[in-house]
Amino acid sequence: MSSLLSQLVVGLINGSFYALLSLGLAIIFGLLNVINFAHGALYMLGAFVAWGLLHYAGIGYWPALVISPIVVGLLGIVLERTLLQRLYRLDPLYNLLLTFGLALIIQGLFQIEFGSSGEAYEIPQPLKDYSLELGFMTLPAYRAWAMISSLVVYLATWYVTERTKLGSYLRAATENPGLVQAFGVNVPRMVTVTYGLGVALAAFAGVLDAPNVQVSPAMGADRIIVVFAVVVIGGMGSIMGAIVTGWGLGVVEGISKVVYPAASDTVVFALMALVLLVRPAGLFGKAP
Amino acid sequence: MLRHLPKRIADRSMVVTLCAAALCSAACKKDPPKVVIGVLSDMSGLYADLAGKGSVVAAQMAVDDFGGTVAGMPVEVISADHQNKPDVGSSVVREWYDTKNVDVIVDVPTSSVALAVSSVTQDKNKVFLGSGPGSSDLTGAKCSPNTIHWTYDTWALANATGREIVKNGGDTWFFLTADYAFGAALQRDVTKVVEASGGKVLGEAKHQINATDFSSLLLQAQNSKAKIVGLANAGGDTINSIKQAAQFGIVSKGQKLASLLVFISDINALGLETAQGLTLSEAFYWDRDDQTRAWAQKFAAKHNGAMPTMVQAGVYSSVLHYLKAVAELKSAKDGKAVVAKMEAMPTDDPLFGKGTIDANGRKRHSMYVYEVKTPAESKAKWDYYKLIREVPADQAFRAPADSGCPLIKK
Amino acid sequence: MSSPRVPGFISVLWRALWRRENRVFTVMIAALVVAPFLTYPVVLTKCLCMALFACAFNLLVGYVGLLSFGHAIFLGCAGYGSAHAIAVWGLPPELAILFGTAVAAVFGVVVGWLAIRRQGIYFAMITLGLAQMIYFLCRQAPFTHGEDGIQGVPRGRLLGFIDLNDNLTMYMFVLVIFLIGFAIIYRIIHSPFGAVLTAIRENEQRTTSLGYNTDHYKLIAFVLSAALAGLAGATKALVFQFATLDDVKWTMSGEVILMTLIGGLGRFTGPVVGAFVVVKLESYLAHFAGWVAVAQGLVFVLCVLAFRQGIVGKLSEMLKLPL
Repeated sequence: MSSLLSQLVVGLINGSFYALLSLGLAIIFGLLNVINFAHGALYMLGAFVAWGLLHYAGIGYWPALVISPIVVGLLGIVLERTLLQRLYRLDPLYNLLLTFGLALIIQGLFQIEFGSSGEAYEIPQPLKDYSLELGFMTLPAYRAWAMISSLVVYLATWYVTERTKLGSYLRAATENPGLVQAFGVNVPRMVTVTYGLGVALAAFAGVLDAPNVQVSPAMGADRIIVVFAVVVIGGMGSIMGAIVTGWGLGVVEGISKVVYPAASDTVVFALMALVLLVRPAGLFGKAP
Repeated sequence: MLRHLPKRIADRSMVVTLCAAALCSAACKKDPPKVVIGVLSDMSGLYADLAGKGSVVAAQMAVDDFGGTVAGMPVEVISADHQNKPDVGSSVVREWYDTKNVDVIVDVPTSSVALAVSSVTQDKNKVFLGSGPGSSDLTGAKCSPNTIHWTYDTWALANATGREIVKNGGDTWFFLTADYAFGAALQRDVTKVVEASGGKVLGEAKHQINATDFSSLLLQAQNSKAKIVGLANAGGDTINSIKQAAQFGIVSKGQKLASLLVFISDINALGLETAQGLTLSEAFYWDRDDQTRAWAQKFAAKHNGAMPTMVQAGVYSSVLHYLKAVAELKSAKDGKAVVAKMEAMPTDDPLFGKGTIDANGRKRHSMYVYEVKTPAESKAKWDYYKLIREVPADQAFRAPADSGCPLIKK
Repeated sequence: MSSPRVPGFISVLWRALWRRENRVFTVMIAALVVAPFLTYPVVLTKCLCMALFACAFNLLVGYVGLLSFGHAIFLGCAGYGSAHAIAVWGLPPELAILFGTAVAAVFGVVVGWLAIRRQGIYFAMITLGLAQMIYFLCRQAPFTHGEDGIQGVPRGRLLGFIDLNDNLTMYMFVLVIFLIGFAIIYRIIHSPFGAVLTAIRENEQRTTSLGYNTDHYKLIAFVLSAALAGLAGATKALVFQFATLDDVKWTMSGEVILMTLIGGLGRFTGPVVGAFVVVKLESYLAHFAGWVAVAQGLVFVLCVLAFRQGIVGKLSEMLKLPL
């Protein structure tokens, strides 16, 4: 029983990372209709910026949590303005390929510079020396913090999109951009800002994950495919769907590690296939 | 324009043919004979620090110390990155043999790549001196008359580290294993040692090579209540497992970590604070005697001040012995003949001392069991080990008769 | 062109080869026959296998309009199939290749049946997810030996007597296979079936309204594409004498998209050109793992932004030839 509980806890923590990443993806897809393949590379970039800040400028984890998403978010805005914008009038598959190419470039550049095995990033003080005694396991305090902070981010994102004027514009623009633009709202600028925001969320996840998994160029690549599956299961444009499914999947993975470890990698994709057969729009999504 | 297309194409074909003839005559010219050594290693991944560029440095040092030429031919050292992938390694080696006249491949950490390289080397009758890989299959079921397994293997590690830990009361084990040839071989060999002394293996958790998050595996290890958590992995994987084990309170809750393959480069990355007290075995330690110290200082001067690991020392030793054999034979062309000569000659170099090579390609020398010093005990950087005991050459490695190698006549 | 001494059928063949539409193929075949004498045959053999793979992929994306992000499944699983057939069951090379192709076809039916239900981006995502699942399954299945792969697959003797260990002989054998596959694709496209596929790509709803069961057609095209990709994969395993996880990874799926994109989507010879360019580029940068990714990524970005017609498309424009 204790092994089930401990894997569940780890699963919940993993799930919070899935949820954070799929949140960014869902936001971007919802408004831009772009599958941001570069999301994983930008998550990695966020982690590397944090590492770089520490290594070259002596700036620690806590400021990096704020600085890194801003830096990467700005980069995202530049990418959107210069590259992605040109392809909106074409089939969205072209943007998929563009972001795929961007992901390869970013990951490749870091691999050249840093090799493929990665750099260490220590757990920051004061969390480093603490762990929570849960009885059935010892939970490092850092992992608990990661879960709590991502919870705060979801709530903040949910609040902005559901309860503020900006959020209502975003939701309206998703439904009918032309009409919203006719009302005088600068839709292209909103699109750019949205992309920047989604990317910043990915970078935030990267900084949060850095002390857990070590900062390496390939860290985003495998994570991102699981996150795609999460977004497909949850429904491509749904924010609530992304969060709930991300967490849910983390829990399912954790349980399968105890019940049937060999399947823990594939269970996400098997679920995805199942959902696509039964409910193609995803659990929380609208029919396309 | 289109009417002239056939004529234009005919003209162009003629030009192409002429160029081809010219190219062929240029390429078909005979190069002067030389001996080419190929260092195939992990240049950028999780094993880059224990082998990688340092292995290239070591190979070049051996060539220079031998005089730069052998049997009147110049010796050249080239290198490539196998990225820990058997298909990349296999393709590079094949191309090297086919187009660059490479005579011998050295190093190759990552056992899955080494097994592939050994197979191609046998097909092409060249020489493979594996200083980096661990799997004891290289001198066992998958042995070859063209391959010598140089520095260490999983059987030797099991026999040295494994036996030491079991001797000190570690009778129940849980393995964290890298899921490829090396991890599987290490787990298998250590399991034999554990069970032979009456211990039990309570479970295992496999992970991909170069995994980064060991949390769920470590939890499984904790829940098994085994006294020893055996790390059947290496390089970056070992470093991460040890760090995360500390976070999850593995050691503070009473279990002990057994890192079955650790290199001095790993201890350097971990720091003595985290690594102190670990039991490990190596075939070479830079600070062992005056000769190793002298060589290590020369090496460090060419390698950013980092001390050599046993893999890098093994590259030096194997290249030196290879050149001696080629000098006797006056030719490097027949791989089987060179290996047979290397096995017939006893080895002697300042790094491993005197040793021999068995008929299944297993090099024999002493293994040393060390314990990592505490920060207080260490007087300088790289002063990390204290000697527990030496396992003499005849006991350190598996007897040829037990290896299962088809080359050993019963 | 024909003289009284030249037998009739040779002059007919010559005229057929030199006909306007066929000139491109003739030049291509001639170049492919001559090439191994000029450069290292093993790299060229890889180019041929990947060219067949890319042509099979192009059948789906260029002519039916479905971008599959999981085509590596068919390449890799066929490779495992043929490698296993030779190494463990001792089948001769030609049977092993057929077996590998059959394996790919079976996977094509399963994956196709699941994925066809959706279009566009959703189709791409499904294929990606399924490909990843199969990658993990391959990693765990005992007969694939996981990270180690199936190694040391003997090349054997074709039809019992042609020794494939010689690199040049192997190349010629693979060239024949490639040309067979190429001819099959040609036949598919220039047939009533192919016309329906093009109609589906242009406007699926209208095609349905004309009475065609579009799902049926899409599935058949998917399975054909999968089987031909499998033919390429099964052959590749024989050439390199191993089958590893890299061939089922999503990075391989990305590579074939790149090849088709560079060459020209929907162009018949595009994927061949693209495959040669990409494989040569990779073998050039082989020793620098990061640079391969950067180069590929740059080509993707540039192609998508400014060069969507691909090399063959551009050539066709410049030479004013239908290619």
